[in-house]
Amino acid sequence: MKRRRWPLYSLLAFGYAFLYVPVLLLVVYSFNASRLVTVWGGFSTHWYGELLNNTQILDAAWLSIRIATVNATLATVLGTLAAMALVRGGRFRGRGGFELLLTAPLVMPEVIVGLSLLLLFVAMQHGIGWPDGRGFTTITIAHITFSMAYATVVIRARLAQMDRSLEEAAMDLGARPLVVYLRITLPLIAPALLSAWLLAFTLSLDDLVIASFVAGPASTTLPMVVYSSVRLGVSPQINALASLILLFVSLAVIIAGLALARKRD
Amino acid sequence: MTQTAAGEGEVGFPAPIHGDRRLRRWLGSRWQPGRWVNIGLPYFWLLLFFFLPFVIVFQISLAEPQIAQPPYTALTEWVDEAVLQVRLNLGNYALVVEDELYRAAFLNSLWVGLVSTLGCLLIGYPMAYAIATAPERWRVPLLMMIILPFWTSFLIRVYAWIGILKGNGLLNNFLLALGLIDEPLTILHTQTAVYIGVVYSYLPFMVLPLYANLSRLDMTLLEAAADLGCRPWRAFLRVTLPLSLPGILAGSLLVFIPVVGEFVIPDLLGGPDSLMVGRMLWTEFFSNKDWPLASALALVLLALLVVPFVALQRWQSRLEEER
Repeated sequence: MKRRRWPLYSLLAFGYAFLYVPVLLLVVYSFNASRLVTVWGGFSTHWYGELLNNTQILDAAWLSIRIATVNATLATVLGTLAAMALVRGGRFRGRGGFELLLTAPLVMPEVIVGLSLLLLFVAMQHGIGWPDGRGFTTITIAHITFSMAYATVVIRARLAQMDRSLEEAAMDLGARPLVVYLRITLPLIAPALLSAWLLAFTLSLDDLVIASFVAGPASTTLPMVVYSSVRLGVSPQINALASLILLFVSLAVIIAGLALARKRD
Repeated sequence: MTQTAAGEGEVGFPAPIHGDRRLRRWLGSRWQPGRWVNIGLPYFWLLLFFFLPFVIVFQISLAEPQIAQPPYTALTEWVDEAVLQVRLNLGNYALVVEDELYRAAFLNSLWVGLVSTLGCLLIGYPMAYAIATAPERWRVPLLMMIILPFWTSFLIRVYAWIGILKGNGLLNNFLLALGLIDEPLTILHTQTAVYIGVVYSYLPFMVLPLYANLSRLDMTLLEAAADLGCRPWRAFLRVTLPLSLPGILAGSLLVFIPVVGEFVIPDLLGGPDSLMVGRMLWTEFFSNKDWPLASALALVLLALLVVPFVALQRWQSRLEEER
């Protein structure tokens, strides 16, 4: 059955253009010499130099990276446990509720999550004295809560596809469940663990709304700085920062993708 | 241990062996400490940091604001030694439901959610269909290109549109240079800008479930339809479209639910007329410091989203069973 495919492919090309052109324009204009973001004034890396001297942005970036690292690691651990429970756990009491609690953070509006977590932290501080004030710890806990749901989706998909015969062979040869788990299961789902870690890392690095609710006065993350600066209008420095973030994220995703592809071969 | 079991077997009592196996199965399924940690740890985390907060939000939504730390009144109070007084303030809910401004915000949020979902569907369906029917070796790269923007910063992608849609922005400069318009269009800070931003940001969430559905579509059905003399367009409407309804539903829910509570896009791209619940909640909380009212807003929003939410949950568990 031969049919004309070009109308479909032109729609596809239009879709990709829609997705990529805004981001490409952003990167192009970060090399603009003019202070007016939308008027081209010649090529310059001036704004990148200015960015590297902006201590407010650098401090915020460092805080965000630390939060994202701790968040990604713990979210991957919890996500692995949750995925194991769902794929291998069979039936257990409260399974329905567990699945609901793992799906809800994926679509729950961020303002609701942020507000409810802040109220929890305030009530806990009032009641048991912990957490003492808000900042690094509260932002990290909030991020883990929604990142682990995403990590679970990624790891669960991989676990469900996995061939169980290796695990069964190890069991038959007398390996204890924990040994099988550590030496067979985890290495087999390693690519999914890496994707989950990267996803949790970028989700945390990107979050504005939830962090704004649960952050204390002394802790300002990178998206919070970007947001307050963007509210005042477009600025070439933010374009430069955006380009750097895009560069790092794309590099990380592409390197991880290549590493996984090589491992598969 | 094994010796005893073997010894008993030799004597000719099959029951103990049977019992032993049953015991082991029983122990295996219930008393593995590993299993308890495995399920219990993430479960505990979610109950503590995801479920419990909603209980507290509910409690605070029934309180009254006060200028103190914390900025809301306690629900219970000992009047004298034996009398516990409970004060439940339903005024916040009454205000949210009856006040014209909040009602407008809720209706507008639902409307924006609906229009954006349709927008994502119109752009996303042809894309997902094209990828699903593309030659095998092209599918993974094409799919990767859909996912990649999802990995890059949401805030920055919304920011990119400010520079494009501004009065003296790139789109207006481009159209003026082409001579298509005589004076700049006002797009930024209008409802149109919100639609563009939302469709742009949420498009991958529509394409991915649609692709998952369409790629499993049985192509022989379409061939059968063609053999029986059905025209391609008609075959699409009567075969492909009905079969892809689960994908359409899943993608629509993944877009609709978060968009209704969206804050960043209406705040940065929208104008004073784009009232949305997420934005009002933010204002009540940060500017007016009215925590009880913000909590009531959050819960009414949550109640509105429960039905689409349960539908999504159902769809997911059905997908799991199909695997």
